[in-house]
Amino acid sequence: MAPLLQITNLHAGIDGVEILRGINLTVNAGEVHSIMGPNGSGKSTLARVLAGQKSYQVTQGSILYNGRDLLEMEPDERAGEGVFLAFQYPLEIPGVSTKYFIKAALNAIRKRRGLEELDAFEFLTFVKERAKLVDLDLTLLDRNVNEGFSGGEKKRAEIFQMAVLEPRLAILDETDSGLDIDALKTVAEGVNMLRGPERATLIVTHYQRLLNYIVPDFVHVLMGGRIVKSGGKELALTLEEKGYAWTENKADATVNVATVND
Amino acid sequence: MTTMTTMPEMSATDLLATDFERQSGVARASLTTLRRGAFDRFRQLGYPTTRNEQWKYTSVKPITETAFRLADAPGTPPHQRQLAEYVFSDDEHRLVFVGGRFEPTLSAGAALPRGVHLDSLADAPAGNAATIQSHLARHADYDDAAFVALNTAFLHDGAFIRIERGVVVEKPIHLMFITRPGHAPGVVHPRVLIIVEDDASATVIETYAGPDGSKYFTNAVAEVVVGERSSIDHYRIGREGDGAFHVGRINLHQLRSSNVTLHVATLGGALVRNEINAMIDAEGCNCDLYGVYAASGTQHVDNHLRVDHLKPHCNSRELFKGILDGHATGVFRGRIFVAQGAHKTDAKQTSRSLLLSDTARARSAPQLEIFADDVKCTHGATIGQLDEDAMFYMQARGISRDQARDMLIFAFANEALAEIRHQPIRTKLEALLWARLPHGSLNRGPS
Repeated sequence: MAPLLQITNLHAGIDGVEILRGINLTVNAGEVHSIMGPNGSGKSTLARVLAGQKSYQVTQGSILYNGRDLLEMEPDERAGEGVFLAFQYPLEIPGVSTKYFIKAALNAIRKRRGLEELDAFEFLTFVKERAKLVDLDLTLLDRNVNEGFSGGEKKRAEIFQMAVLEPRLAILDETDSGLDIDALKTVAEGVNMLRGPERATLIVTHYQRLLNYIVPDFVHVLMGGRIVKSGGKELALTLEEKGYAWTENKADATVNVATVND
Repeated sequence: MTTMTTMPEMSATDLLATDFERQSGVARASLTTLRRGAFDRFRQLGYPTTRNEQWKYTSVKPITETAFRLADAPGTPPHQRQLAEYVFSDDEHRLVFVGGRFEPTLSAGAALPRGVHLDSLADAPAGNAATIQSHLARHADYDDAAFVALNTAFLHDGAFIRIERGVVVEKPIHLMFITRPGHAPGVVHPRVLIIVEDDASATVIETYAGPDGSKYFTNAVAEVVVGERSSIDHYRIGREGDGAFHVGRINLHQLRSSNVTLHVATLGGALVRNEINAMIDAEGCNCDLYGVYAASGTQHVDNHLRVDHLKPHCNSRELFKGILDGHATGVFRGRIFVAQGAHKTDAKQTSRSLLLSDTARARSAPQLEIFADDVKCTHGATIGQLDEDAMFYMQARGISRDQARDMLIFAFANEALAEIRHQPIRTKLEALLWARLPHGSLNRGPS
């Protein structure tokens, strides 16, 4: 069986500055991978390139998703095919209620999958059940998307959206940042509940602590736009103990750490 | 020459004088002095140019360069079913004007409750003569307003509404001013006089509509008097044809502790100027002015507001939202005047424009003149484009780019639409707004 995600020699950047300098990564269905790395290493760039953010340019390499060229697909097509990015900084959308937003998303994705739209009752039942999974305050559903949400509520809302849309490849971009330990546990529970042989998860994080609750199969260290080390879950613990400096001798010494919003 | 006139050798001014004299023969004798005075004033003022500060961003050249003729007796009146398009609900009181003239056969609808007077100005019963006399042209001052002077000079027909003291009108009163396709560019000067007496309330809709592909000019003036502790929910819906010019003035006069909510929706017309003047000359009043407009092609939409706070303890709120596509231009000018002694005034003005193309333009000019202490006056104006980051966020959730765009535009307009209390109007305006957007049919916003 072909891997769910196959990234080969990926080079990408923004505004002419190269940030990713040859990423190779293979993710099979059923696996959880963690991408770790210091600020500016290119973690979030990788996440955004996978989701299809247009401001990033891919200059070299390829990404195959389920055997198809992911880079050829529009962001909404990717979502329809099961790619989900939990944003590091979820956007606020004034004037659009969370409920309406998630309904539009769910129905768009169901349509792509050849499924019927859910009726109002089915939708509400399903959404409430998923909100419970991540302990999301139901009143947030009637509020505008992320508007005035606390940092924790925003992250929880991202995981809630993920639980509703049931992606095949979930990418969590620094979902742990800004969460207290209880929120972290709930978010992790939500992610764990969605684990399955058909799905894969890519956890992008700076710290090891989320990995106490979502145990990865593989850990990769990203530095200077390249994966400099890969290993099992124990690698995260080693990093936590020794710091990223420990891997630095393995990274390209000439790497100029790009000052991107990462 | 692209315009057709019957007497091409005559100048526009001569034509105007001819039409004025012609109409003087049919208009009420009691109006003669008023009409003549207004016509003289108009001739002194002339049409405004962009050198006039109040008209800096709106050129009326397309209007002044056309030899508009006063519409003759209405052509074939539209069939009842052709009006259906403009109706908000069957359960409304209706007064229909075609080509500026009252059309009794189309003016039906729900039976009028006691204490509600709904008549054509041209033949309002004698019992209301004194009321009309004491209010008509008393609120819409034409001394410095050429188009108001012109409307007053041609004052003949229009709508008269009087809600007697203590009467609450449940069903909306709908005034429709319909222009029919004609041979020559025609002009109508509709006039509206609304008197809501003390402790009364009403919902009034004015619709101005006409055919696409026809050059005509609507120059409307409405005077609205809101009595003590009374309220009016007022809508002005602009659905003029794509070749139409529309200059519309509303003068609001508020008495003590009265409430005004006005929505001005502009969904058509080549050149539209909405002028709203609110005179708050008593304590404890509330005045909410909302506007929404969607323009594309080479449309020009100008909303020109003036709120005068003359007495203490009054609130006013202005919220105008414009969606501009193609080469359209949107203009917002809002003047808030707070007189000396009008303390505890709370005035808030917001104008937001959303540009959907690189060639659409928006101008915003707030003007605050405050002569009182202890007041709260704020204004804010934004001109922006669709948020690309939000678009990406929505796409990343599977929503197509077109639908994401529609949702964001809807969300933008909805800030003002959400304030519409009368549900049938709100629903219909949402649909009309969608129909004017590039991907209009995709979705209808929150269900």
